[in-house]
Formats: sequence, C-alpha cells, structure tokens
Amino acid sequence: MTSLLDQTRFSESIYKPTMARIVDINDLTALDRLFTVELPDGVYLDHQPGQFVKVSVLGVGEAPISISSSPSRTRQTFELAIRKVGDLTGVLHDLQAGAMVGIRGPFGQGFPMDRFKGKNLLFIAGGCGIAPLRSLINQVLDDRGSYGHMQILYGSRSAADLMFKDELHEWENREDVELLLSMEKADIDWPACTTGYVTHLFPQIELDPRNTIAVIIGPPVMYKPTIAQVRNKGIIEGNIWLSFERRMKCGVGKCGHCQINHIYVCRQGPAFQYQHVKDLQEAM
Amino acid sequence: MQPAKILPKSAFPGWIDFLKRSYTVVGPKAMHGQTVFGEIETADDLTLEYNQSVIPPKKYLVPQREVLIEYKLDGTEVEAKFNEEATVVFGVHTCDLHAIKLLDLIFSKGFTDQHYAAHRDNTIIIGYECLTTCGPESFCRSMGTASAPESAYDLHIIDMGSDYFIQIGTERGEALFTGYDGVFTATEPDYARMNGTLSDKWQRFPYRLDVDVTEIPDLLAESYHSDHWQELADICLACGMCTQVCPTCYCFDIRDEVDVTLSVGKRVRSWDSCQIDSFALVAGGHNFRETRAARQRHRFMRKGKYQFDATGMVGCVGCGRCATACLVDITPIKTFNELYRRQQQQPEEVEA
Repeated sequence: MTSLLDQTRFSESIYKPTMARIVDINDLTALDRLFTVELPDGVYLDHQPGQFVKVSVLGVGEAPISISSSPSRTRQTFELAIRKVGDLTGVLHDLQAGAMVGIRGPFGQGFPMDRFKGKNLLFIAGGCGIAPLRSLINQVLDDRGSYGHMQILYGSRSAADLMFKDELHEWENREDVELLLSMEKADIDWPACTTGYVTHLFPQIELDPRNTIAVIIGPPVMYKPTIAQVRNKGIIEGNIWLSFERRMKCGVGKCGHCQINHIYVCRQGPAFQYQHVKDLQEAM
Repeated sequence: MQPAKILPKSAFPGWIDFLKRSYTVVGPKAMHGQTVFGEIETADDLTLEYNQSVIPPKKYLVPQREVLIEYKLDGTEVEAKFNEEATVVFGVHTCDLHAIKLLDLIFSKGFTDQHYAAHRDNTIIIGYECLTTCGPESFCRSMGTASAPESAYDLHIIDMGSDYFIQIGTERGEALFTGYDGVFTATEPDYARMNGTLSDKWQRFPYRLDVDVTEIPDLLAESYHSDHWQELADICLACGMCTQVCPTCYCFDIRDEVDVTLSVGKRVRSWDSCQIDSFALVAGGHNFRETRAARQRHRFMRKGKYQFDATGMVGCVGCGRCATACLVDITPIKTFNELYRRQQQQPEEVEA
C-alpha cells in the first residue's frame, strides 16, 4: 500500500495527478454536492483534518478542495464537499458517478489532533466552512473518549443553505454534542436556532475558557468578529485555530498565489494557530 | 577547485564551434539596440560586452511557458514532460548567477520541483564577469552581486584583454574542454593578471543605495505600514512588467489546454505576476490583495524580506531590469533609498 502523498511526492512530477474515480455524488444544497472519490487499488489517503487535495478535471483545470471526510472514516475512498462557484467546480457538478478526476496531495498542515485531546472543543463554522470542519467533528466523534465537551456553532444563510442535514440531526440528538445553529432567515424548525450571524450564538454558550480549543472556519468576513467573541469568552490566543482559503496553483509552496505576507498557506496552513497569524495584515 | 583555464581570444570561435557539436548554445545577442539571450550559430553572434538583457537567462530554467504534463482527456494516460535539450548558456552576468542560486534554493526547498531540476541538469551555465556596470539603474555592487557566486556556474569567464581566464565551477563545466586542445592551464602570472583585472573593476561600480544590503530586511519590516506604498500605487499601472523581467520572480499560473481533436490535452505552467489584480482572487470573489499599494508592498517585501527569511538570500540582485521596464519610473534604487530616508527621520525608539 502507498499513501497518496508518497505517490504524489515521489512520482516523476509533483504536478502529475493520480487518477481517481468518483463513486458517489449527493446533493447537499442547491449549490453544494458531496463527491465520494475512490483512489486506485493499493493507494490510500493518509490525511489530517483540515488538509486539502488538488482536484482536477483533465482539460479544464485544477483547484484546492478541503477534505470533508475524517481520517477515521477514510482509506481508499474520501469525500469532498464542493460548491459550484467557478469554472472547474461548474464542470465537477456536471460529472456523473464513474467519472475520473485527478488528485494530488493531501497538502498543507491540518489541525494537530494530539494537542486537542483532553480539551473541550468549540467548533465554529460559517457557510461552507462546515465542509472541512466536518472532517474534524467526525474524527472527534469516532474517538469521543479522548476529548472533552464538544460545542458546534454553525451559521448559515437559511435552511436551504444548511449542508449535511442528516448529520446535523445525528449531532443534535447526541448527548455528548451541543449544536447551535444561526441563520439570517431562521426558516427551520430546529430546537436551537437563532436568527442572525454565528456571532449571535455566543451569549447562549457556557464554557471553561482555560481548557477549551476554538476552531473557526468560514468566509473571510467571519474571522475578525468571531475571534472577538471567542476572546471575549476568555479563550487565549494560543487555543484559537483557524483555516484559510486562498487561490492556489501548485499546492507545494512554489507558485506564490496563496501567500499571506511571508507565509505560504499551502505549506504552513491552511490550519493556523491564531497567535501566529494575528499580526499579518493580509491574513484576515 | 580545479585550476583555471586560459583561452586565447583567437581560439574562442573554435571552442564555440566545438561546443556546438554537442550542445545547443545560447548567449547574449544584440537586437534592436538591446540585448536578448538567444541561440547562437558562431562566436560572431555573441555580444559578450552587453548591458543587462531584456529578459534574464532565467528563462532557460523557468521558461515563460512550459508543459508539465500531457494526457488523454479520458485519463487513461497521464505523462509528465521534462526538458531534455542539452544547452550551454553563455555569458551570464554575475547578478543573474546570484538569481539562479536563489532559484535553486526555492525549487528544491520542501517539495522538489522535478521540472526545474530537469532544466538545471540539462543546462550548463557559463558566467561572464562584469567589468563595467550596466547602467544607471543597476546597483549590483550595493546588493553584493557584482562577483560570481561559486555554486551557480559551471564555468566563469573573466576577460583579460588578449585572453579569457576561465574559472572551473563543476566537473561538467571542465568537461567542456575535454577533447579541445586550444586551452591552457592557468599559471601563477595568469592568476595575478586576473586579480589585477578584478581589482581594477571596482572603481567602475558605484554604490547606489544609501542603505547597506544587510539592513534591507529590517528596513522593509519597519516600512510595512509606510505611506510610500500608496504613493507608488498612485502611479503604478499594475502592468506587471517589473515581475516579467525580474531574474528572481518565479510565481506561476497553471492552465489546461485541450487539443483541437478533443482527445488529448496538456497542463501548462506560465509566468504570473503578483502585480495583476486577480493574483490572489478566490472563487466567490474575495480578493486577498485587492489594492495596488498592497501588491507593490508585497513585491518589495518578497524581494527584500520574505525571500531572505526563507532562503538566507535577499531576493533582489540589483540588475535594474524592473526599473528599465517600468513605464512610470518606479525603481528599486529610489524605493529602497526613500524608505531608508524616512526610517532615518523616525525618532529612535528609546528603551524603557
């Protein structure tokens, strides 16, 4: 067996993708689909929650996509939640199960799960930030005893924009998960749903700031106000983790597109400890 | 290091003809009053005494356009493509040798870029010692790049009037003389003449920066919030020429191209520029470096600080090409000096 990273790194070219088959496609929302991708026999995906792969359609192009399945549920197959927002993702949405896509990676630094163990977890997602965060959530759920209390705050525009609705219900029904939703239009029958942004959920939660890790993944506009709320709860900078989206061409620290000041998001990120990026003007 | 060689100028054309038997030979050629690197047929095509070439010889290691992979659209065949043409690049100025040394570090750091490595393996670099400065925009002496760095060249040529003193950088460089009998091993008097030639050159290389090269990384760090970036942005056209002619710019785009048969295609890498407004734009419309001021700052921060932090080498080699290419006269000399002048005007921070 070979990991995809070794296959990518030690093949003749780091730019040569491994061809993988889409084995299942499920609608998440009108704009988002979940693709289950199967690697060739003998190749497995060895990743950390928060890492990404470069996905390509031959003849169209390549884009970085975060891995949505957890390492605990991933081996030869893995999942990618993809929003239709550009040329490549438009073509991906037109594909049927059985189609082949090129995959390179997994690249970058994910979240350091070993450092999260024993801690309470405050997971905060905005919009399609839930896609990479789901990898983290399921990793914790599959190793539930290793972590403390888990709170999930998920902000969405409307009920129609909610991704992973079945899993949201599962999480909602678990005793050991606290799930709160916010929506700009709260048009859903949900036990804990607040009208507004994800930042409006903070008055409702209680946590032990000395023993809590906060992870924030969402659109660029979400970070500053959400971090302010997390800090307001007393969580220190070193326990706040973020994930950044950037334009990327190579995924391996060469092409320059993803740079935040001196940092290459594709190499040192996309998961970052807040204290390492808070002074970088181009970060948030 | 192997003893240097002495090549009489009368034997130079014969040596070029000798190299042409085994290699594609490229070098500086005069064209429309400027100098460009291109293929040469005979020594007569070469213009070794030249001011800075329009595009740096970097183009033989990082081509403006390069096929990375070729494939069948159905995915049944995906093949990486590599440069296989054995090329000798003649007459590389010392600043450009420093730039190649930096590119070597960038493309081998972390993930090895095998396409760059293939170019490097197949490309023999012959440096040429500059004995006069290229022009008013060049500031190689200030940047410490007016002498050849040893690790970047295979051979390095110093013009000593009637003959060439040729330093040997690598075994494959030395092998360019294997089977050619018009060259001699340098003797003690030759070394003395060579040192005299080098000593004489410095009077022709003025320092053009007010700041020392070792102060540049800190100067830029302290100038991050300077108003000067906006002043540059007020005149910058965001055309990207500065980055297209830069010997240490290597940022690239990757795009797919489909053949007219719709059965095969290729993935192509080409030069990109951080000065273009879409460089940091993501799907969905957010642009992480939206203003020209932020992009100018990023360019200078990369050259003066970020690349230094990453590799130990300052990313500007002082060639002056960006200044020559700029339509609105944004130059590194003026920029570094202006940032330094403002830094000197700031009151010193007093430690409590």
